[in-house]
Amino acid sequence: MDRRQLISGVGGTVAITVSPLSAIAAQEDVERARQELFGNRPVQEGRVNVKLPPIAENGFSVALDVSVDSPMTEDDYVKQIVILSPRNPLPVIGQFYFTPQSGRAAVSTRIRMSGTQAIQAVAEMSDGSLWTGSRETVVTLAACVVL
Amino acid sequence: MASIRLAVPKTAAQGEVIEIKALIQHPMESGFRRGSRGEVIERDIITAFECQFEGETVFSATFHPAIAANPILTFNMLASRSGLLTFTWTDQHGESWSDQSTITVA
Repeated sequence: MDRRQLISGVGGTVAITVSPLSAIAAQEDVERARQELFGNRPVQEGRVNVKLPPIAENGFSVALDVSVDSPMTEDDYVKQIVILSPRNPLPVIGQFYFTPQSGRAAVSTRIRMSGTQAIQAVAEMSDGSLWTGSRETVVTLAACVVL
Repeated sequence: MASIRLAVPKTAAQGEVIEIKALIQHPMESGFRRGSRGEVIERDIITAFECQFEGETVFSATFHPAIAANPILTFNMLASRSGLLTFTWTDQHGESWSDQSTITVA
């Protein structure tokens, strides 16, 4: 019996009350996701600028803008930016890969947020160093039930 | 099925950093939602995006279920020479959609 059969067998009410709680990623899941991606390398605060609206009315679609302070030359560029969430059902939101031809280490997109939380971005530089930044957003209508 | 919208400047000066916007219509069904009868709606998302210039990757991305429906990306490219840009999206089943745009560098 797999998980889906189990949930449908147990009945709607139980499944609905139990699964969102167990599905929400906590800060430790964020740490775990970061370790899986980058191992135990040290992460420094700074250079990463995360922009989010201070209040998001709708967690379905929140404008996110991340930029990293980097010259973006052949010897010194941003390889990757990972967006992490401490409160969504899955800790990793998205991964963005750059090359020196990108010109600028910046990306904008729209994300889903299941509740008020501080979104974190981790940038991996071409020399292997890791930098992080975060921004908190208050979500009025969470995508928690609807994500 | 999927409709793609691109915003790429037609011309650029050499060495200029241009801004590119790429949007694809897709529900990005997260797999966490439930239907009216409490059943889980199957996950159906685009997992990969790539922007290539003359066969070389400029920018790429991996999407997870927390990327909103109709994913839009804004990113940059260093304009070095004239050429063809190819944008490709691939979903979890391996189906892909792509579109192209040419840029003239003066």
